[in-house]
Amino acid sequence: MGLTLTWLSLIVLIPLAGLFIQTADLSPAEFWAIVTSRRTLNALKLSFGLSLAAAATSLVMGMVVVWALVRYRFPGRRLFDAIVDIPFALPTAVAGVALTALFAEQGWLGAPLAALGIKVAFTPLGIYVAMVFISFPFVVRTVQPVLQDLEAELEEVAVSLGANRWHVVVRVILPSIAPAILTGLALAFARAVGEYGSVIFIAGNLPNVSEIAPLLIVIRLSEYRYADATAIAVVMLAAAFLVIFVINRIQRRAQARAPAL
Amino acid sequence: MAEAESARAVRACEARNDALTEPRLVRLGIIALAVAFLTVFIVLPLVLVFAQAFREGIAAYIAALADPEAQSAVVLTLTVAAISVGLNLVFGLVMAWAIAKFEFAGRTLLISLIDLPFSVSPVIAGLVFVLLFGAQSALGAWLIARDIPILFALPGIVLATTFVTFPFVARELIPLMLQQGTQEEEAAISLGASGWRAFVRVTLPNIKWGLIYGILLCNARAMGEFGAVSVVSGHIRGETNTMPLLVEILYNEYQIMAAFAVASLLALLAVVTLVVKAVLERRLAEGRRQRDH
Repeated sequence: MGLTLTWLSLIVLIPLAGLFIQTADLSPAEFWAIVTSRRTLNALKLSFGLSLAAAATSLVMGMVVVWALVRYRFPGRRLFDAIVDIPFALPTAVAGVALTALFAEQGWLGAPLAALGIKVAFTPLGIYVAMVFISFPFVVRTVQPVLQDLEAELEEVAVSLGANRWHVVVRVILPSIAPAILTGLALAFARAVGEYGSVIFIAGNLPNVSEIAPLLIVIRLSEYRYADATAIAVVMLAAAFLVIFVINRIQRRAQARAPAL
Repeated sequence: MAEAESARAVRACEARNDALTEPRLVRLGIIALAVAFLTVFIVLPLVLVFAQAFREGIAAYIAALADPEAQSAVVLTLTVAAISVGLNLVFGLVMAWAIAKFEFAGRTLLISLIDLPFSVSPVIAGLVFVLLFGAQSALGAWLIARDIPILFALPGIVLATTFVTFPFVARELIPLMLQQGTQEEEAAISLGASGWRAFVRVTLPNIKWGLIYGILLCNARAMGEFGAVSVVSGHIRGETNTMPLLVEILYNEYQIMAAFAVASLLALLAVVTLVVKAVLERRLAEGRRQRDH
């Protein structure tokens, strides 16, 4: 027990606490000035805004993938099921260079898209693409087990009571998997906000345009502006804690509901 | 008469089945969309890594990997992963044991705290160690005065990697050990086994596959970590560059083929990890079935 707490404190808690202690050296006015400076504000807006869009896309595409994998049989299904984990297993730097080469103007997908006048690599659109790549497996892997374990009887009862397929999906299936969907969405968002490796290659990294908040932390560090780096990190960490809190609430409510079913 | 009856039954059955799934066109559409999405977002990038790595032939590929910088990156990555995974294995076991086998207040909080590194941006994981051990901090200045390097050296890279891979082993084991309860250990101890013997002979065999699963995922992340390591490594060529960092450097220097050659090794690691994971998942499912019987 003591060993657990010591290890946890040494590796995780003390270093993270150091972050807040460092911030405490700043006066509220100084902190506010850093966080609301134009470049920081733009980086935070870009990170949070694009992460939200990417998480929403991950939600939709993740649901399409999960539905196909769980409910239908098609050739290669098990292979496709296995490769959903690639964004988890593939080092982010590798994902970053691969996505960049794929969507660059001479790339396999970048070239046809450029012909249509759509530029992906080195624009905010590229950041969004990388964020979708890195975050959609969270939706798939949180919803999949719940959808699999859903009892077929519920649907059969609904049908025998005269519900059509649309009603069954919207009124019976969706409410049962909603907590898992929300958890997946929150996890996807959290991952996208903090993501660094897979995004920086494709981003272009222009200040105020395509510079994400984690990159700005790295830049401030390399300039020895520790206070700036710390202030941005604290804002991002606060958002991460908020997400954990929301996930916990969702799961607790889902557990409280479960016995009633 | 009987035939008409059974034909009607078959039709009724089909109608019921129709109501339990979507129209054929919707079904095909969803499958096509899912397959297209996974192909564009996962299969293509993966294929591209290997296509780029081998575009100048096998000889050039081998030459790129035989480069001293690439070699030292491979050695560093393996060293860091061995230490970090080793630490997380030992302490992951200890933490899972403490949480699963003993009842105490604040258990849920402890589980959340163990998962914390998953929610922290890797860049912030690196930043906290820079703040702690950098020359601007009291501890950092003290260590530098005594010529003990932490940042821009192996210890810093190991610390950052250990932080980001912290939850993997414990989080695989906690649910498994909770589900198994303490009865078997209690039986072993009441039959005269020591605590250590009960752990080695009873607990360990029970959690074997879950443990290997945790180590596997921990290792994949340890070898592939980029953001956290990038912040603490200092990018000293031939010294503190891990494989992911070398990919970045080569790529930024427009040595695209060499960058993808190193990347292909990491991609291979990911693919092997997923294959082994699929095998382990089958083992875990079998173990669960056996216990249920």
